[in-house]
Amino acid sequence: MDQSDPGQTEALLAVRGLTKIFGSLKACDNVDLTIGRGEIHALLGENGAGKSTLVKMLFGSLEPASGTIFWKGEPVRISSPAQARALGIGMVFQHFSLFEALTAAENIALSIDDDTPIMKIAERARSLSKAYGLPLDPFSHVGDLSVGERQRIEIIRCLLQEPELIILDEPTSVLTPQEADKLFETLERLKGEGKSILYISHRLEEVKRICDRATVLRHGKVVDHCDPKQETAASLARMMVGLEVQNVTRDVPARANDHRPLLEIDRLNRKPATPFSVALRDISVTVHAGEVLGIAGVAGNGQGEFFEAVSGEALQERADTVRVAGHTVGRLGISQRRLKGAAFVPEERLGHGAAPAMRLSENLFLSRYRTDAREYMGAAGTIRTGRIAAAAKRIVEAMDVRKSAEDPEASALSGGNLQKFIIGRELDREPKIMVVNQPTWGVDAGAAARIRQALIDLARSGSAVLVISQDLDELFEMSDAIAVMHDGQLSAPIPIAEATYEKIGLLMGGADVAHPPRPFEEEAV
Amino acid sequence: MFEAILLTVSMAATPLLLAAIGELVVERSGVLNLGVEGMMIMGAVTGFGVALMTGNPFIGALAAIIVGALFSLLFAFLTLTLVTNQVATGLALTLLGLGLSGMIGESFVGQPGVRLPRLDVPFLSELPIVGRLVFSQDLIFYASVFLTFGVAWFLFYTKAGLTLRSVGDNHASAHALGIKVIRIRYLAVLFGGACAGLAGAHLSLVYVPQWVENMTAGRGWIALALVVFASWRPLRVLAGAYLFGAVSIGQLHAQALGIGIPSQLLSALPYIATIVVLVLISRNRRLTMVNTPASLGRPFVPDR
Repeated sequence: MDQSDPGQTEALLAVRGLTKIFGSLKACDNVDLTIGRGEIHALLGENGAGKSTLVKMLFGSLEPASGTIFWKGEPVRISSPAQARALGIGMVFQHFSLFEALTAAENIALSIDDDTPIMKIAERARSLSKAYGLPLDPFSHVGDLSVGERQRIEIIRCLLQEPELIILDEPTSVLTPQEADKLFETLERLKGEGKSILYISHRLEEVKRICDRATVLRHGKVVDHCDPKQETAASLARMMVGLEVQNVTRDVPARANDHRPLLEIDRLNRKPATPFSVALRDISVTVHAGEVLGIAGVAGNGQGEFFEAVSGEALQERADTVRVAGHTVGRLGISQRRLKGAAFVPEERLGHGAAPAMRLSENLFLSRYRTDAREYMGAAGTIRTGRIAAAAKRIVEAMDVRKSAEDPEASALSGGNLQKFIIGRELDREPKIMVVNQPTWGVDAGAAARIRQALIDLARSGSAVLVISQDLDELFEMSDAIAVMHDGQLSAPIPIAEATYEKIGLLMGGADVAHPPRPFEEEAV
Repeated sequence: MFEAILLTVSMAATPLLLAAIGELVVERSGVLNLGVEGMMIMGAVTGFGVALMTGNPFIGALAAIIVGALFSLLFAFLTLTLVTNQVATGLALTLLGLGLSGMIGESFVGQPGVRLPRLDVPFLSELPIVGRLVFSQDLIFYASVFLTFGVAWFLFYTKAGLTLRSVGDNHASAHALGIKVIRIRYLAVLFGGACAGLAGAHLSLVYVPQWVENMTAGRGWIALALVVFASWRPLRVLAGAYLFGAVSIGQLHAQALGIGIPSQLLSALPYIATIVVLVLISRNRRLTMVNTPASLGRPFVPDR
């Protein structure tokens, strides 16, 4: 398509035939990419499509097996990040590459290759942060900062090196919509200054909004170069996934017949268990039969602590704090709560949701040996392997789990396939109540759609589903109502018809609109 | 009398300080080397043997430094290149050192040693009290104090020190920035080994100028505890070393005076103090975050 010749001067960076092989896997296969000056170029692809590998080669963290990189028309070999920086390539990492124990200024100093004194770096960081409207205290410790503030450090660190090309790896995945808007403003401004940006994302709306051109990767190969503004989200998704992604359908819930409250949480309080966790304060929420309730929030606002309390990993002081299908379970552990008809899927798949080194069938048994004791265990506590294998097979088929062996170890599956199995394992029990934390985190679009549809179908069959997620698109797609968690407090649920991104975003940022002041507090004054 | 006691305290504190300051650098780079005791005893036997054979205690001390570093190189190769478990490898290093030194030192037992001479700093050594305590000591004492302040300056006021701390905090991020994680850890472990070797030489060339099997008597473990006690800060290591030194001397005097504190309790004091400090700092999230190397003991395999 619009491939310009690498010899031409207008291209800032051109990549021809870049290949990287890990073992037998071609992570990048003959990749071509051209980035012009002053353009925001999107690199699109699902998880495992080779985006990160490609970018690491551009930044010198990985060495390509073959292929050439042209910088301003000259072939270059980038063998270290320092070399990339010297050329004028800067990078903002996806999982922030910051050091929590160090101050912002020290973090910045580490990526500057000369011996500039720290005070000078702090001064420059401060003036740059002012110029771009990204407030930052250079002497604050990174461990004390929010995710958005950490990203600012990364961006300022990158800008201080005066790069001509800035690579951003999934920058908005951890931001509130407002923080993301702020980031887009900064990017537009950088583009106006003639800098080029390589923007990696799998969020299509974002790419359509800010990117001038896009390169789509699938299974390590370039599928297409296109202009995202000319495409629809659906056509971009098709390029990424390679087939039509099924739209998740959500009918209006059948309100009439059964709308019993199934999961009731009443004034849940929890002190922080470790110095790093968040206290939960007075959380009350009810999920009814046939309903999907979404809980939004920026990472680290108590979602993990809330999940632990609901699932029974952490017990409550009052037994009636949590009710499952009418039973008070506040003092009961996970298995007991499961026996009452609840199912739980934690955020962390490996090590929490599944034992990595154990087979799928063993993982199935581990989570259900109590609830399905009669089915899976013999008289003397022996395991009925045949029945478990049959159940595992049934789940694999129902959820379309793709695997390389008959009964592989959990860690051998890709993230998306393991998540499908874990969700399927719980759905197979036909639970009355399902609580899921981050159902599709790091899962590709095809698998994510399948998981969401399965959860919605479960709700429509008369169960209550509680979904905790940081992905707002996902929540808007699935939920009948959305509540927002911020700093250990939960807002009142907003029915989906009234919910907007702006409203939810404000709550995620801590605007306390859903909590009217309680009367007794006023009396105390 | 008072001056004499202070002198013995500094004598007891110097090997602790040296070994601990070396281990502090190792741990700040994210490596946990539990082989301090083994490296110390190797330094002690080497220092004694070489001094005996050459008649020159300075060459003995130098040999102890080299052997300590070589011994730690074994640890570095196993844990950093072959990525073995650091705790198990460190323990093995201690056991190996204790056994090997006993074998090497068999013929040294009972032989009169060579003492490292005092070096008077001109003029300053004539000052009252301070003169004899601080400026009329052996070379290893001067080295221990110099290294403490040197390490403090290096860690917190140089780019190289910042790089070392960054590796200890998050090796994956450091690698992504292009910092040579493994190389830095090798250097840190070698430094730690050299310090432990010199600490051992202090025992066999200054403290008791002779060779006794197992003469480190747990000082390597106290040094390890000291690093945690000091929450990975060099100047606190200095204070801690003298405190622990004073405790061990006080214990001797208490016994001589017939004061009824069980000596076992006093010998356990450094460890009890360390546990108390650990509890205190773990209650303060910021202290832990800022000072404890977050990657401590975690193996690193770069994806290249």
